Amino acid sequence: MLNTFDILETIKMIDEEHLDIRTVTMGISLRDCASDSVPKVADKVYDKICRRAEKLVKTCDDIANEYGIPIINKRVSVTPISFLCDSVDTDDVLPIAVKMQRAAETVGINFIGGFSALVHKGYTTGDRRLIAAIPQALAETECVCSSVNVATTRAGINMDAVEEMGKVIKETAFLTRDNDSIGCAKLVVFANTPEDNPFMAGAFHGFGEAECAINVGVSGPGVVLSAIERAGKCSFSELAEIIKRTAFKITRMGQLAATEASRRLGAEFGIVDLSLAPTPAKGDSVAKILEAMGLEVVGTHGTTAALALLNDAVKKGGVMASSHVGGLSGAFIPVSEDAGMIEAAASGALCLDKLEAMTSVCSVGLDMIAIPGDTPASTISAIIADEIAIGTINNKTTAVRIIPVYGKNEGDSVCYGGLLGEAPIMPVHKASAEAFIARRGRIPAPIHSQRN
Amino acid sequence: MRAVITVVGHDTVGIIAGISGELSKNNVNILDISQSVLQDLFAMVMLVDISKCKISFTELSRQIASKGAEMGVKIHVMHEDIFTSMHRV
Repeated sequence: MLNTFDILETIKMIDEEHLDIRTVTMGISLRDCASDSVPKVADKVYDKICRRAEKLVKTCDDIANEYGIPIINKRVSVTPISFLCDSVDTDDVLPIAVKMQRAAETVGINFIGGFSALVHKGYTTGDRRLIAAIPQALAETECVCSSVNVATTRAGINMDAVEEMGKVIKETAFLTRDNDSIGCAKLVVFANTPEDNPFMAGAFHGFGEAECAINVGVSGPGVVLSAIERAGKCSFSELAEIIKRTAFKITRMGQLAATEASRRLGAEFGIVDLSLAPTPAKGDSVAKILEAMGLEVVGTHGTTAALALLNDAVKKGGVMASSHVGGLSGAFIPVSEDAGMIEAAASGALCLDKLEAMTSVCSVGLDMIAIPGDTPASTISAIIADEIAIGTINNKTTAVRIIPVYGKNEGDSVCYGGLLGEAPIMPVHKASAEAFIARRGRIPAPIHSQRN
Repeated sequence: MRAVITVVGHDTVGIIAGISGELSKNNVNILDISQSVLQDLFAMVMLVDISKCKISFTELSRQIASKGAEMGVKIHVMHEDIFTSMHRV
């Protein structure tokens, strides 16, 4: 017989501490969907997604019922669409995004990722067509997510792409101005993007992936927070142990769901993403974990060290609990999606520069940050360049999901509702980086990329 | 297939009778029960075999949860594997 204490602990985690499977994401290869006409490609993409993901939502709901674990999001990621844009006979590839939206509605998922391009070294014709279509695609669809990888540690940074993405973000913000520029919340600029990431908006199904794979992202900031609060005063060694033990249990649940979902759906088991992903709900905050460690408010001195400890312990605990680990794996620090981050940003305790420092020790990067709508494109490109440089030099994934909210200024705030939450508009440096960004070209790969 | 039924709430007459009645009606065999009462708070854990259950897992879960609501206790029916995978290496 199982230990009663263990059983009640699990139930408490789910009922009171927001433990859940944040996302079951089905990666689907679209490599058999090429054609010379955009409408034909769009139809093939629609058919393939609907065929493969037909039972995704039902299967996940069954698993959630049987195991008693909530599965919050059911999603699909696809092969980067840019490769389907190479062989078509027109520059307008928007209809593919529209059909992806329709497919998402048909199968009942809330996001579909993969309107993406990988341009870390250079552009193909398809990459140019896709990137040009991003603002319109994000404005005309609700569920389609887009990402562009502009750098890798092996290739260096494509500064042409960095420069262009500043403009793409501005245009997306303008086209979705009636909804507080929400289009930008569905667009991520990456360095070292993982090919098996289950989390939106950056998910896509990489070229090295199987025909169809299940990737799972777990979440449990609330569980870690409660464990730290229960422990009270203890040393850093003990703190790390507590986080590791908690992360192990959380990840085991994700491993079980991923194994079951892939078996029932006839797909490969891809990876479990060892993540602590917050939501705006009370008690489901990564910022509050850092504060529970002894910081008065997140963003003050000590925040980077606290996050480094948390991120490392989550990985150490999780890695033994899963047979395959991947994706972004680590603690997420999106501003608008985390109640503690929102409070700290609104009070001025957390600034963009501190967030940038924090991203050097955790997964992802500058995430869901609202900035003034009149921020120049070159400044956005420079923010991207800084963040991407951190990832490139440190051989890790970094990303930027930033929202220059049209018509809003410092002191205002935006509310997107649901998982996207709300965000105060954070100030950016006023001094220009225009001449720097205008240089264009590539920043060479760092010396430690030479590993052969 | 085995499931774990947990009941948490204020102690009152007939909790076990109420739930075991539902289970026997649906041909679910009780394999083990443990219970404790801590300062009026009743916690019971029941391991059951549902391989011959007459209704689907979801339906069983729904029926037992509504029985629990009648008695003012919170009931979860969950597949045994969730606990073994989380708490055993």
